[in-house]
Amino acid sequence: MNIKEKIVKGGLFVSALISVVVLLIVIGYIVVNGIGVISLDFLLKSPYRFEYGGVFPQIIGSLFLVALCLLFAVPLGVASAIYLAEYAPDNVITSCIRLFVECLAGIPSIVIGLFGLVFLVYYLGFGVSMLSGGLALGFMILPWTVRASEEAIKAVPRSYREASLALGASKWQTIRSVVLKSAYPGIITGILLGIGKAIGETAVVLLTAGSGLESFLPRSILDPVASLPVYVYMLATQGQTSAAYSRAFGASILLITMFLVMSISALFLRNRYIKRMSGGRW
Amino acid sequence: MSKIEMKGLSVYYGNGTVHALKDVNMKIEANKITALIGPSGCGKTTFLRALNRMNELIRVRTEGEVLIDGIDIYSKKVDVIQLRKKVGMVFQQPNPFPMSIYDNVAYGPRIHGVRNRELDGIVEESLKKAALWDEVKDRLEENAFGFSGGQQQRLCIARALAVNPEIILFDEPCSSLDPISTARIEELLSKLKREYTIVIVTHNMQQAARISDFTAFFLMGELIECGKTPQIFERPRDKRTEDYITGRFG
Repeated sequence: MNIKEKIVKGGLFVSALISVVVLLIVIGYIVVNGIGVISLDFLLKSPYRFEYGGVFPQIIGSLFLVALCLLFAVPLGVASAIYLAEYAPDNVITSCIRLFVECLAGIPSIVIGLFGLVFLVYYLGFGVSMLSGGLALGFMILPWTVRASEEAIKAVPRSYREASLALGASKWQTIRSVVLKSAYPGIITGILLGIGKAIGETAVVLLTAGSGLESFLPRSILDPVASLPVYVYMLATQGQTSAAYSRAFGASILLITMFLVMSISALFLRNRYIKRMSGGRW
Repeated sequence: MSKIEMKGLSVYYGNGTVHALKDVNMKIEANKITALIGPSGCGKTTFLRALNRMNELIRVRTEGEVLIDGIDIYSKKVDVIQLRKKVGMVFQQPNPFPMSIYDNVAYGPRIHGVRNRELDGIVEESLKKAALWDEVKDRLEENAFGFSGGQQQRLCIARALAVNPEIILFDEPCSSLDPISTARIEELLSKLKREYTIVIVTHNMQQAARISDFTAFFLMGELIECGKTPQIFERPRDKRTEDYITGRFG
């Protein structure tokens, strides 16, 4: 028994170790191959053919796309979650909506990209643009936002709601002042997951937002926009020189860094909010 | 003078399959403490929640009349928000909001549109009435969760007082508290009855005997007996009341 325990423990430890080592190898490989191209010029200049210039429009483009995507998906997702958690009657239709949201979360991104291309770019005539890309990304993260927000809202204890209602608050006042305030950290976590998915998303953006090599910043939301993942994709598939691969790795470092910065700031925001909720006036 | 009067009050749960309160007729006096006693599941909490229409949060059917100051609170003309402002409630488990002491007390006045500059006064007065002010006056900005269970329960009382109710319903307010905190709440209730009409559900018969002026005994959804507390405990008219208070069941 004791030996069996030890074998199990050892096996689990080795598994954990392998997971960490694999992650370190991936990140290490990217950093070793990409760190050479990172310079102020790389950050602040526009790309010129495959091997020259920087990725400034790509960085800004990615940020714009994520912002637009959140602008669309967060209000809609949170509102839907409030409806599902607080107002929707407990019946077959509600269960169907919930199942539908679950399924939507599982749609491969290339399919969402295709839909974005046909519906947003051609049918609605938004063209290959920031608007199309942002909305398509929004479609992609919407179910995640709904699900995370609904879970967070449902986790708010019933006793808070009862206390508020018993004081004469209306249902909406209760949701706004007590439920959402308590659910906020969970909703932030959901949005964070969404950002993580959106910023690295390639297929959707490739089909709807731009070719990735644009050397200009969009002047309106109807202009095509560059983005880091598509830039990496283009360099990896079309560049075919070692200089191009280095730049692809350099852009990957930036992508990972941006994701980390956003995650850490969202976590920071969340923790500060939890602290603020534990004292101080609002 | 009676503040509350029930006429033929019946409550059904679960699409009418559970008859939780059966044809209850009862009067509750103003500025007195009325205790509701009885074994678990006898309908006393349902009765309490019928008085501020909190039963409506789940699917129930209510029949009969509940008159407060002569007005049937189940009539269509009555606004449930105004009703709940007038009839406050304190729950079994202390349930402060995850906010500061100040914000907890200010919550009710804020949702009813009281202006910010009046809030400080209301918060102080409510906390004083709930006998909590001296303990928290320098810690108003701290999270309510950092306080003891007894303090949290008094905070919930202050929160209920802040909207200026006339009636306060207590649903076993001491069941999760230690004896010292319980004694403080009981002492507080005896003071509060000068200004408020109090209805309290309690599992603890000693508590009912100690603090209440009137006692009502419920069994299986029926009001078995209601009267002055000494009479109920010393000379119960019904055999079932006597069996319950002498501990033969329940």
